[in-house]
Amino acid sequence: MFVVPTGCELPPIHDVMIVPGPSLTDISLQENSQSLADLSARIETARRAGAGDARFRWTALLAALLVLIIFTGVIGSLVIGSIPAFKAFGFEFIITEAWRPTREHFGALAPIYGTLVTSAIAMVIALPVGIGVAIFLTELCPRPLRRPIGIAIELLAGIPSIIYGIWGLFVFAPWFQLHVQEPVIAAVADVPVLSSLFGGSPFGIGIFTAGLILSIMILPFISAVTRDVLETVPSVLKEASYGLGSTSWEVMWKVCLPFCSTGVVGGAMLALGRALGETMAVTFVIGNAHRIDPSLFAPGTSISAAIANEFTEATTPLYTSALIELGLVLFVITFIVLATAQLMLMRLERAKGK
Amino acid sequence: MILNKTLYFRRRLANMLFIGLSLGAAVFGLVWLAFILFALFKNGFSAMSVSLFTEITPPPGSAGGLLNAIFGSVVMSLGAVLIGTPIGLFAGTYLAEYARHGKLAFVVRFVNDILLSGPSIVTGLFVYELVVVPMHGFSAIAGTLSLAVIVIPVVVRTTENMLLLVPNGLREAASALGAPQNFVIRSVTWKAARAGIITGVLLAVARISGETAPLLFTALGNNSFSTDITKPMASLPAVIAQFAISPYEDWHTLAWGGALLVTATVLVLSVLARLLENQKRT
Repeated sequence: MFVVPTGCELPPIHDVMIVPGPSLTDISLQENSQSLADLSARIETARRAGAGDARFRWTALLAALLVLIIFTGVIGSLVIGSIPAFKAFGFEFIITEAWRPTREHFGALAPIYGTLVTSAIAMVIALPVGIGVAIFLTELCPRPLRRPIGIAIELLAGIPSIIYGIWGLFVFAPWFQLHVQEPVIAAVADVPVLSSLFGGSPFGIGIFTAGLILSIMILPFISAVTRDVLETVPSVLKEASYGLGSTSWEVMWKVCLPFCSTGVVGGAMLALGRALGETMAVTFVIGNAHRIDPSLFAPGTSISAAIANEFTEATTPLYTSALIELGLVLFVITFIVLATAQLMLMRLERAKGK
Repeated sequence: MILNKTLYFRRRLANMLFIGLSLGAAVFGLVWLAFILFALFKNGFSAMSVSLFTEITPPPGSAGGLLNAIFGSVVMSLGAVLIGTPIGLFAGTYLAEYARHGKLAFVVRFVNDILLSGPSIVTGLFVYELVVVPMHGFSAIAGTLSLAVIVIPVVVRTTENMLLLVPNGLREAASALGAPQNFVIRSVTWKAARAGIITGVLLAVARISGETAPLLFTALGNNSFSTDITKPMASLPAVIAQFAISPYEDWHTLAWGGALLVTATVLVLSVLARLLENQKRT
């Protein structure tokens, strides 16, 4: 029942219902006042709205096409820029090590090696740690700490690459040289394989330092993706497994991770793509030496570091072209990695949709 | 029974080891963060002074600041956002509103995500070929464009994601009232997704304010104060890179000061973006 409380009067009806002239009501309701002028005005409005509609749609389409154009532009400019170097060296370029700007001879094997090895080191460290962080945050961490720790780990992804570079050069490398490299080199001096892998002099900077800093940089990417996919594991699966008496470790390792392995691998590939193309952090700490040394502690170079270091100093067209061809090689490698990552994650998305 | 007990013990041990390791992983990440931030604040604050903001980059051995670099970074980032945001916004709108499941949308989405995580130094090479070579020289325009190329994919991705979150009922209701599609998009879906889209732009600004690699051979750098956008222009990240690898102690100090400025900017922007995102969710 609708009851009007006493003492509270409804406003008189005519106060609300008064319609002050035709201006407030829709013109279509007033059959009589609809003149020819009104009609044509409405047609005009509709026409203009329709034209604006087409224009808007075209603008959106053009913007979307522009993304494609940028992408093809990137590939195109790299290909065109690297033609002189390709003509001069052909496929020798990617299999020879010698990089002699003064003699106009360029071989890209050392930077390619550096890029691949630093990224491999980064993945070897960051993958287990990233998955560990994700498991810790989704399953083990006490709830109140979950958000702050999650945000802190994500902060690592927000710190710009150049900061990792300057920190790596001034703070980390000297510390690493004194407290890690020296003891390790001394410890493995007599062990057959390890002595060449971790031999040489402790420079602080080098391939391993670059890989280690890269691993810190990509850690948040891996843990973020792993966290996301871990949350897609249906809780019945976990509950069933716990119900059978599994330990947390068994639930994680034998139920959750197999369930979301595609996502984890996809996320890892995405992180690998980042590691391959990372420039400033690597440039500062890799040592910039165009050579391949069996020791991981030795200075080396990577594709992006070589470009960043030498591009503005490249004096001859062939030198510039060789650096652009390096860029092309980098782009092709990252494209393959990122495309694979995306296809994997896309398949996952589709499976989730079903 | 005895056999079962050893098995039980072994499983308990494996479990404890596992919990210990994943705790260790989280600690590993946090320790690095603390290590980096501590070094950054310690060295950065000792470089903080008024002259950092009022004087231009000095020759080695004399006092100075980072005014020209701060100015250049602000100008180029602003330009990049002004160019990149509308393009990214419209491209994201196309993906979410016009061609959700089309072939073209699939390709654009794919390519956009490659550009999003692809190497930024390659962007620099692209703009070098596209702008620097034809203009016969490094310029702030080239720097701005290379940053814009980085802004676009970030804005496209967040715009699309945010528009997809807008319920279809809103669009249908507006269309049923007779609104043309562009009106529906501009006044209904964009409005509904506004916080998310602004978050995307903030994240893009955060991303480019620390971006160094593409600026090295587009804007190059400039040790005097320049407002001419057809000439090389200094930027904070490029100055940090240049000063850090130099042998001069006072340049190192300035580099740390710049590093603290850049990191503070990025962190403040990320926090703002996060606050905005949370506000939208509740």
